[in-house]
Amino acid sequence: MAIKVHSPGLSTTVQDLGRPGYYHIGIPLSGAMDSEALRSANLLVGNDENAAGLEVVFMGPELEFTASATVAVTGGEIPPKLNGEPRETWTSFAVKAGDVLSFDFLKAGARAYIAVSGGIDVPVVLGSRSTYTLGALGGHQGRKLAAGDELPVGSASKSGAAGRTLPVSLRRMPGSPATLRMLPGLYWHRITEDAGKHFLADTWKVAPEADRIGYRFRGGQKLAFVDRKPPFGAGSDPSNIVDACYPYGSIQVPGGTEPIVLHRDAVSGGGYFMVGTVISADMDLIGQLQPHMPAQFVAVDMAAALKARKDQDALAASVRAALA
Amino acid sequence: MKTRYSFGGDEHIFVECDEEMSLQAFFKGLSITNGVRDSRIKGVTEICPANASFQIKFNPDEIAPDDLLAELKRIEETASKSVASLKTRIIEIPVLYNDPWTHETLMRFRERHQDPSSTDIEYAARINNLGTVDNFIKAHSGAPWFVSMVGFVAGLPFLYQMAERAKQIEVPKYLRPRTDTPKLTVGHGGCFGCIYSVRGAGGYQMFGVTPMPIYDPTQTISYLKDFMVLFRPGDIVKWKPIDREEYDQTVAAVEAGKFQPRIRDVSFALDEFEKDIDGYNRKLQEALYGH
Repeated sequence: MAIKVHSPGLSTTVQDLGRPGYYHIGIPLSGAMDSEALRSANLLVGNDENAAGLEVVFMGPELEFTASATVAVTGGEIPPKLNGEPRETWTSFAVKAGDVLSFDFLKAGARAYIAVSGGIDVPVVLGSRSTYTLGALGGHQGRKLAAGDELPVGSASKSGAAGRTLPVSLRRMPGSPATLRMLPGLYWHRITEDAGKHFLADTWKVAPEADRIGYRFRGGQKLAFVDRKPPFGAGSDPSNIVDACYPYGSIQVPGGTEPIVLHRDAVSGGGYFMVGTVISADMDLIGQLQPHMPAQFVAVDMAAALKARKDQDALAASVRAALA
Repeated sequence: MKTRYSFGGDEHIFVECDEEMSLQAFFKGLSITNGVRDSRIKGVTEICPANASFQIKFNPDEIAPDDLLAELKRIEETASKSVASLKTRIIEIPVLYNDPWTHETLMRFRERHQDPSSTDIEYAARINNLGTVDNFIKAHSGAPWFVSMVGFVAGLPFLYQMAERAKQIEVPKYLRPRTDTPKLTVGHGGCFGCIYSVRGAGGYQMFGVTPMPIYDPTQTISYLKDFMVLFRPGDIVKWKPIDREEYDQTVAAVEAGKFQPRIRDVSFALDEFEKDIDGYNRKLQEALYGH
């Protein structure tokens, strides 16, 4: 069984839940930016949660199947069509040899996830099938899909039935403005108290430079810095630090102007100060933000971050129960 | 040197050993991260040493953030008594300074540079009071460099010049980062040198290129078959200026699977290094080139 890529869409990549363990040498986690959406798609078609699927950004691909399978499309609302006939998102459907999956225009969110029973069976590299394009690692030849590619699909141990749907209440999407909860810290002390207030009060907008490495935001006021003598090795700009590690979700603000939240293909370190870190429970939401969408950073403490994490785990458990 | 701890969200603890860069700060981080590794703390998933800081990634479902924080502080106390030394390697990296590829790139991004009328290496020579580009190359390739961090992108080494602070090369980063940097560019920003392991965005000044790949996700290059990343923190690098002819020969040798980098095992002790920097560097060079 294989998938023939007729047209690749804007930037379609093979992703599973990621490649932990190599961040210390600059190889990031990778994996689905909206991990819960990929999990749901996999469970809908009877796969393990961690099976590799396709992450579609803004614009869908056109794909042909060479054998029968069960397919599901979740995440952002990019309506699927099979041989030109509409299919529901978040609902499994059957495909047979020669069927062509295509997509309508994006209606909501930013990233859709395509799961196929058996999973995309590209080689496992350092424990994962996820694509890390910057390092030309994993996925299909270390890159986004191109027309003419043929993707191997694994044999399904148990194929999910067609027509299964995930209840709407179990599909998590960002609101408008998107609320991104963050734990202030890291180098928060570098900005003035007033700047900290503005950062949290301002409504930011997703900038066009938003990808798997990081999401850039603009439109808020420039942050003012606390005066200092530059530490040796840091560089002269007040936003510079001696190059250090960047947490996933960390919010750096080069020059104090445009915050960048690092995501699944994060650069692992660098020389810009960070005001804090988006909590783990809200990372999936970032993957569903389109350019120009409004967003607000909301400061929380560790207790609230851990509570949100528990809520997210509870959602995942409910999804599992609903699709068991 | 005051250690500062901060949570990076609910999954990371970020630890700054010192605000400014020094080998003391690096070794403090190294000894604590080694302590963390040896302690095999449940819930710790990644240990990332950096130049003058480090980061621990953890799973808060397995260890409470405050418990891990307390554990790290306990390890810091023990680690502070350890000797700053390590068994490591010295690696020779050939460099074609003033190469045509970084030159083409830096000309494309001139408007993002502090000094659009000169090249990166001319600018660096001038602001470091080295007069000529030749003098700059001598200074850059004279003393060895210490790998104080691996990261940014896959396998990229941050390099700290093993010279007294007054002699260390310092340059600002580009005013605005470039969207392109040739693969294997030898760069510099702040006090750090680097080798860009892959083509991509970058803000460091560009001085040359090496013909020697340092990252190979296909693991086909002879010396990267065992692992796709060459560098690890603590490695020592010695630049070797080469001309275009040797560059082309080396590229061909790498492609033919015949290139063997010059790598020797050495040990490094910070206190002895600081007592006599020039003498210590000479000994390292002897280890690299002696028999």
